[in-house]
Amino acid sequence: MTDSNTLAHLDLETPEKPFLDANELVINMGPQHPATHGVLRVILRLDGEKVLGLECVIGYLHRGVEKIGEHRTYTMFNPYVDRMDYVAAVSNGLGYCETVEKLLHVEAPPRAQYVRVILTELNRLASHQLWLGTHALDIGAITPLFYTFRDREEILKIYEKYCGARLTTHAFRIGGLQYETYNGFEREVKNFLSFFRPKIDEYEELLTTNRIWVERTKNVGIISAKDCIALGVTGPVLRASGVKWDLRKAQPYANYKNFDFDIPTCQNGDTYDRYLVRMAEMRQSVRIIEQAIEGLPEGPVMAKVPKVMKPPAGEIYHSIEAPKGELGYFIVSDGSTQPYRVRVRPPSFVNLQALDLMCRGQLVADVIAVIGTLDIVLGEVDR
Amino acid sequence: MGHDLMGQIVQYIQSYLSSDQTPGAAGNMFWVLVYILAVFVGLSIAVIAMNWLERKILAHMQVRLGPMRVGPHGLLQPIADAIKLLLKEDIIPAEADVAIFWMAPFMVVLAAFTVFIVVPFGPTHAVTDMNIGILFMLGVSSLSVLGIVMAGWASNSHYPLIGALRSSAQMVSYEVAMGLAVVSAIVMTSLNASGTGTLSMIGIVQAQQEQGVWFIFKFFPLGLIAFFIFAVAMVAETNRAPFDLAEAESELTAGFHTEYSGFRWSLFFLAEYSAMIAVSSIAVTLWLGGWLRPFPNLLNGSTWDLIFSLFAGVTFLFFAAMCFFNAVRMPKHPFFRIQTIGLAGFGVVLGLIGLVMLVPAVRIRVQDIFWFSAKVAAFMYLYIWYRGTFPRYRFDQLMQMGWKVLLPMGLGVLILTATAGLWPLIQHSIWHP
Repeated sequence: MTDSNTLAHLDLETPEKPFLDANELVINMGPQHPATHGVLRVILRLDGEKVLGLECVIGYLHRGVEKIGEHRTYTMFNPYVDRMDYVAAVSNGLGYCETVEKLLHVEAPPRAQYVRVILTELNRLASHQLWLGTHALDIGAITPLFYTFRDREEILKIYEKYCGARLTTHAFRIGGLQYETYNGFEREVKNFLSFFRPKIDEYEELLTTNRIWVERTKNVGIISAKDCIALGVTGPVLRASGVKWDLRKAQPYANYKNFDFDIPTCQNGDTYDRYLVRMAEMRQSVRIIEQAIEGLPEGPVMAKVPKVMKPPAGEIYHSIEAPKGELGYFIVSDGSTQPYRVRVRPPSFVNLQALDLMCRGQLVADVIAVIGTLDIVLGEVDR
Repeated sequence: MGHDLMGQIVQYIQSYLSSDQTPGAAGNMFWVLVYILAVFVGLSIAVIAMNWLERKILAHMQVRLGPMRVGPHGLLQPIADAIKLLLKEDIIPAEADVAIFWMAPFMVVLAAFTVFIVVPFGPTHAVTDMNIGILFMLGVSSLSVLGIVMAGWASNSHYPLIGALRSSAQMVSYEVAMGLAVVSAIVMTSLNASGTGTLSMIGIVQAQQEQGVWFIFKFFPLGLIAFFIFAVAMVAETNRAPFDLAEAESELTAGFHTEYSGFRWSLFFLAEYSAMIAVSSIAVTLWLGGWLRPFPNLLNGSTWDLIFSLFAGVTFLFFAAMCFFNAVRMPKHPFFRIQTIGLAGFGVVLGLIGLVMLVPAVRIRVQDIFWFSAKVAAFMYLYIWYRGTFPRYRFDQLMQMGWKVLLPMGLGVLILTATAGLWPLIQHSIWHP
């Protein structure tokens, strides 16, 4: 056993034995449960309150997005990807558009790239805000939810003004943007940033040093960097385990290499660290947006792309750093107007695999905390 | 003959009025019934008011409005909810143990309401004055956990079972610390000339009156620490946030009352709030001087007595003024006419109550009840504040806190309080053997 990147050392097949051969209690948590973030069903094996093992049952929200892709043209499939991770729809759109652009050998003009970065980072903020609110709600703090939703509203207002939709935005087009930014876009984003920066402190004030919050999250759901890599876990979960891996730096896409920002990491890989990493990421996103607004160039927002897209036959894999981790698209083209195969690598789906490992030996209340900290969206898990 | 009987009855009723005892202690059954009825009605109104206040206060803490539609500022929302709950289908799960399932909510309500027999709203304003009052209160209020366990067991379902288990474990861990804190307050009551303490709820308040200090300030900071232990334990005892593990919504859906609906569920709700009021009254009685007005030593004299006796009426007038102010601020659209009239009407009722309470004959009798209720209301606000601020404790952390923090603290405070109480004696025997 020399290769450390295998799962062999993790025996995830057999659950642990209950204490003194007591009867184990099997509980169905979900698909209708207040804290499973949608329609996740977790079959918990319990010894009293202790978790011996668990099994995730997914597919309750399966809509066959990948299959739909095979029957739509490249342009027509674009809005569908927004429906996967519906709280970070802009990131999904960015990933898809960039993949098809790579396949077509087109590059979006600089202004479009900058606007894309602004909107995507705003989306990261919105996604992390939703995560923070619901995660805190799961742990029992009901107030942060309303604070984050109040501030998320401002981001959604910017989206609404930009493209008319608030959630499933369909903001980007293959080759750039459909719309030029509206009058006062820069001013409003700047206003939002100055409004939002103190708000992060406000969230932290409620939670970071809160004794109960720290007790509930410290040393809960620990996952080591090695296990993260073995399971393919990415995003803030991986970074909280101490691996400095962010696709925005590692494989720069869009024009992230033009911006100056840090990758926040922590060492322990527990729920509290993942909380800290995401809070720090919000601050970094604010930095990126600031730079993008300052350097926003003039020019066209749409590259020259054919009206009927027929990418040359071939295949491509392109991935971006979505708020939840590595979001990858694998597209096989047979030279026709429709993709031969679309495969999505959703971060939530891959990260969810770590749930069993992270919950073993913890208590029922920790399962809730861990589901919250993985930040899954079931629309993306099931597609 | 009939006239004679009437006369006897009237005499029986009147015979209590000159008494300075509680009706139960005086043995007058008519007034006992009147008091029980008054407490029951008052408690129901308090629970309804708490329901509305909790929603409104929590909403304002969370930058939202709360109920606004049913009645002006949602004032009729609790009544609408009560009607809805009564009209709902009564579901008993097929696999449930019907008899126990049926009994459990009544058990909880019974425990929560019975304790109010000994709650002293004033020197004579209690249903009865037992010489074991505080023991009775602690004993009966812990019965509510039996109802919770029965509910969890009878539902024959996993989530309620875990909720019930948690609740019983929680109760066991916190009762002990709570009891120790209570004992340290009872020890303080014995610091008088005769050297005998009391367990009577009225006696405890009178002891504070005689010693001229509320027990929270006695032997500073010992009284404060005992009070703090009790204040933490009582939140755990009533299963409220941050110790609401038994009904932890995000973990156990609704905990022990997952399978309950409609009227039976509303009984649990009623019991939860009246239990909150009950334990708060214990805290007020033991440490905060019960019905005594604040600053008895600093601001004394007949002028200050007069000013403090006006507080009850003034408070109601203030609420009335708030109603009028908001009625004026209501939108002028015809849609809101009924709501505006309703709010103004509510203000008129509050204002009239306030004016009645300013009448000297009334205000002398009412001020005890007012100060007691005001102190309990402050605790109620704390409960809501906790809920808006704290995340939920985990099961093992809660037990750890109960056994490893509060219990040793309670023991230490008890020993130190006893030592402090005996200090003059110890000093005497050391220096003058």
